[in-house]
Amino acid sequence: MKTTHRVVSKAPDKAPTGIIGFDDITGGGLPRGRTTLLVGGPGSGKTVFALEFLVHGARSLEEPGIFVAFEESSQRILANAHSFDWNLPGLQGSKLSFVDAQPAADLMQSGEFDLGGLLAALQAMVTETGAQRIVFDALDVMLALLSDSAARRTEIYRLHDWLLKHELTAVITAKAGADERTFMQFMVDCAVILGHEVVKGVSQRNLRVQKYRGTRFDENQSPFLIGNHGLEVEVAVARPLERGSLKASSERVSSGVERLDTMLGGGGYYRGASVLITGFPGTAKTTLCGTFAEAACQRSERTLFVSFDSDANEVIRDLASVGIRLARHEKSGHLRMVSARTIAGSAELYLARIKALAKEHEARCVVIDPVSTWSKSGSDLSAYSIAERLINWSKAEGITLLCSSLLDEMALHTEGGSSLQISELADTWIHLNHMEQAGERNRSLSIIKSRGTAHSNQVRELILSDEGVTLADTYAAGGEVLMGTLRWQKERAEHAAAEVTEVAGRLKRVRLEAEEAELEVQLKSLGVELEAKKVEKSLLERTTATREGELARGRTRIGELRGADVDGYKDKESPT
Amino acid sequence: MKTREIFRFQLYVAGAAQNSAQAISNLGALCREHLAECHEIEVVDVFHEPKRALAEGIFMTPTLVKLAPSPAPLRIVGTLSQKMPLLQALGIDSVQT
Repeated sequence: MKTTHRVVSKAPDKAPTGIIGFDDITGGGLPRGRTTLLVGGPGSGKTVFALEFLVHGARSLEEPGIFVAFEESSQRILANAHSFDWNLPGLQGSKLSFVDAQPAADLMQSGEFDLGGLLAALQAMVTETGAQRIVFDALDVMLALLSDSAARRTEIYRLHDWLLKHELTAVITAKAGADERTFMQFMVDCAVILGHEVVKGVSQRNLRVQKYRGTRFDENQSPFLIGNHGLEVEVAVARPLERGSLKASSERVSSGVERLDTMLGGGGYYRGASVLITGFPGTAKTTLCGTFAEAACQRSERTLFVSFDSDANEVIRDLASVGIRLARHEKSGHLRMVSARTIAGSAELYLARIKALAKEHEARCVVIDPVSTWSKSGSDLSAYSIAERLINWSKAEGITLLCSSLLDEMALHTEGGSSLQISELADTWIHLNHMEQAGERNRSLSIIKSRGTAHSNQVRELILSDEGVTLADTYAAGGEVLMGTLRWQKERAEHAAAEVTEVAGRLKRVRLEAEEAELEVQLKSLGVELEAKKVEKSLLERTTATREGELARGRTRIGELRGADVDGYKDKESPT
Repeated sequence: MKTREIFRFQLYVAGAAQNSAQAISNLGALCREHLAECHEIEVVDVFHEPKRALAEGIFMTPTLVKLAPSPAPLRIVGTLSQKMPLLQALGIDSVQT
């Protein structure tokens, strides 16, 4: 055996089955070189499981396989497997061989027999083809021919020994309830139980690993469905996300509505985040889903849009009426529209299907509209884990997930809690509502939470037009938020009031200017008056002085004339 | 009825396994008793000729294949230990010698 493991003795080497989900549950596949028992009722998918295990080995791993058919003829098996994309006829030959070991219907039996012939024949085939994988389909059919349980056990041992000796990775399928099942379950290294039941009228397939020697495995029941590629197992317990494996991205992806991006603290949602949009019917949940999908496609990101309500074409048509054009993106291949009405089954099946579709499409953004439909198809208990799984899955894959959820009457009482409880798990929760005022309904949008972003606490009005989606500020008046016509009226009123105030201001300014001018005029005339007074005053002073001089001169003159000899006469002479 | 046809048998055995050994001896005894001088037996060991077993689709050992006379071919699986039903199945008149 070739093994690339350095620690060979520790964990058992695994042979991948290629079955979506199963290799996760078992940590890599079936025990290599050992035997696995696959138990299930009629139509539980045993043959498909076993065949897929061989196909994967033959097609992808260069491990040829042998299919030993005890119940159905290989021809019928090939015909039945035609619907899977396995290309069985192409693999047939050296890579995948079929052995028809059905006991003839009219088989005559006389006494004991054993499987020596079968093992001899198989040995020759193993030598020739180098087979490493082998399937015994419906071994119970062969065992039933043996007369007693002792003989059956002997043959089981013989087979088991032979398988171990040749280090073949084997799958033995047997019907549930077959006698020797329990015995085989003890003997084999791994036992897987397939179930098929109907819960509330919904078909549910599930798978459980009952035992797996030497390895840790998921012990819970995991739902699965049979799709184009074969089995798709939905890992039941959300895998504990390994720390560090999850890249918390700080990259933002646009919501497709510019103002909403702003409200979310710039740029939109975080990449890889789970976004929930809740709201009553007709609150434009699908529209917001559409804007997000369109924005993603415009960034050339592959996007999956799953609609539970309407047909894909209806969604495209309806969204086109508000300026969201998805048709061209679908044509270019970026967008994959899926109507989930074509998927029937339980919530687990929906999830498995969506995961498979997303993987197939290599989607980076996934839109589910609405996610609440799921709760109808299963118990609420399981619906919770569905939501958890959905979010864990999208995070692990780095997929930005946008879900819308309808709030029904029940949830009304619990303050908008959506029935799937996604609201607790989602990173961003946007709530849409109707406001009925003044005879009209208007849509409002608010961000209830948005982890890690400084988001707006404002309620905005969501306006849809044929040009697209916009948000408008609402008016809070008297504790009431105004929208629509009322908002418009309020806007008009405020506008008018502002105009009045402005005019009044202007008027006052003009009046003040006039007053100012008046005062200035007054000031000027007073200045002139002042000047006049000053001139008058100086004139007065001069005349007074002149007169006094005259008087003094006059006295001197008189004195002279009178012949006076007073000294004071000389001092008073100079001013002229 | 008296003109005995030749009974031609192939007996596929798995080496010396117990069931196979029993079948060989049971078939031998039966032929000696009821088909003296008018039988042919070919014993095929699947370990030596696995491809022949595979081609014939013989997976349970021992398997007796009656090739002639008709109705043939006829397969009987097991140690051939239940004599009366076996004779009936093979179309051998057990009362006559």
